[in-house]
Amino acid sequence: MEYVNIFIKASFIENMVLSFFLGMCSFLAISKKVKTAVGLGAAVVFVLGITVPINWIISNKLLSANGIFQTDLTFLKLIIYISVIAAMVQLVEMVVEKFSPSLYSALGIFLPLITVNCAILGGSLFMDSREYELGEASVFGLGSGFGFFLAIVAIAAIREKLRYADIPAPLRGLGIAFIITGLMGLAFMSFIGIKL
Amino acid sequence: MSEVQTAAKQPTQLLGKKERRLLTDPFNDNNPITVQVLGICSALAVTVAVKNALVMSIAVMVVTGFANLIISLLRNTIPNRVRMIVQLVVIASLVSIVEMILHAFQYDVYKQMSVYIGLIITNCIIMGRLEAFAMANKPWQSLLDGIGNGVGYGAILVTVALFREVFGKGTIMGYKVLPSWYEPNGLMLIPAAAIFLIGIIIWVQRAMNKKLVDIS
Repeated sequence: MEYVNIFIKASFIENMVLSFFLGMCSFLAISKKVKTAVGLGAAVVFVLGITVPINWIISNKLLSANGIFQTDLTFLKLIIYISVIAAMVQLVEMVVEKFSPSLYSALGIFLPLITVNCAILGGSLFMDSREYELGEASVFGLGSGFGFFLAIVAIAAIREKLRYADIPAPLRGLGIAFIITGLMGLAFMSFIGIKL
Repeated sequence: MSEVQTAAKQPTQLLGKKERRLLTDPFNDNNPITVQVLGICSALAVTVAVKNALVMSIAVMVVTGFANLIISLLRNTIPNRVRMIVQLVVIASLVSIVEMILHAFQYDVYKQMSVYIGLIITNCIIMGRLEAFAMANKPWQSLLDGIGNGVGYGAILVTVALFREVFGKGTIMGYKVLPSWYEPNGLMLIPAAAIFLIGIIIWVQRAMNKKLVDIS
């Protein structure tokens, strides 16, 4: 039951995009069509689900003061986390290419770009500052990935419809996308205070 | 005569017209946040107070400047296939240094910004400038480009923070500026307000600068 709570909390109440603004760059850049948004969202769920538990293992078993090396190596945390993410993204890319070429071509450039998606590193850093257990960390990773998926698909759907709206020229495109994101953030705020 | 010439020539070498454009372009025509749409990720959560926004902008400016400089120095030795990882390692090392400095000298700001300092690594401005500029240009120009983009980023950040702090708390940098009858507007303190403000800044900027208008 606790795991379900963490999942729902990570995907709705503390949504990565709409309440912490992580992954905004790709969120705004790749949300013009629902189809590509679904591809990117799925890739993010996948990578977050893998990297958060791996980084948990590394930070607790290797880097912490009572890990294997018996020395406090936490100052290396940032470098190690980002290298793990870059390596995992590369690995995922190769595996997908080998076993499912159709999915690989569908994801295209988004897969390597995930490395610099703030939501991924943010997942690992939040996992660290909230001191989760291994199981909780994995569920948290999946949950926040799912939250990102929901948010990006929702905004892509809205932006597809917006093409037929009469928006003032200077506000078109980026400007209105920001304002919609803000409104979605307000809507997601209604989840705050839900106790599970 | 020759003295005058050298005196006139010296500044053109250091800060010629092109170099000055590198510094000033990111303010308006090529602003990293409102035009290039980079680096929004780690930016908005720190704009609740002007002080945090200032610290964040300085940190980002230092990191972009030095990362650009280092990558530009190394640009001919980095194999193309692994350049992403090399760039990330350089950025991550710089951010670790910034994090330690903040931890030592600005502990309260460090605690408030928590994970967002680490997230400077994935701030797309830095990677974006490395890819788009430092990999193809000389070190001095790259350093200027990095600093210019850091300043352009900071300008938006501080503007947003100013509005949020004044209207949300009635203070600037912790000093009370609005009279006591002003009822602080809690809406400005929630994250969505920052997004609205940036949307409005983009609107104003594009209304004044027609060539930025999105046609599609």
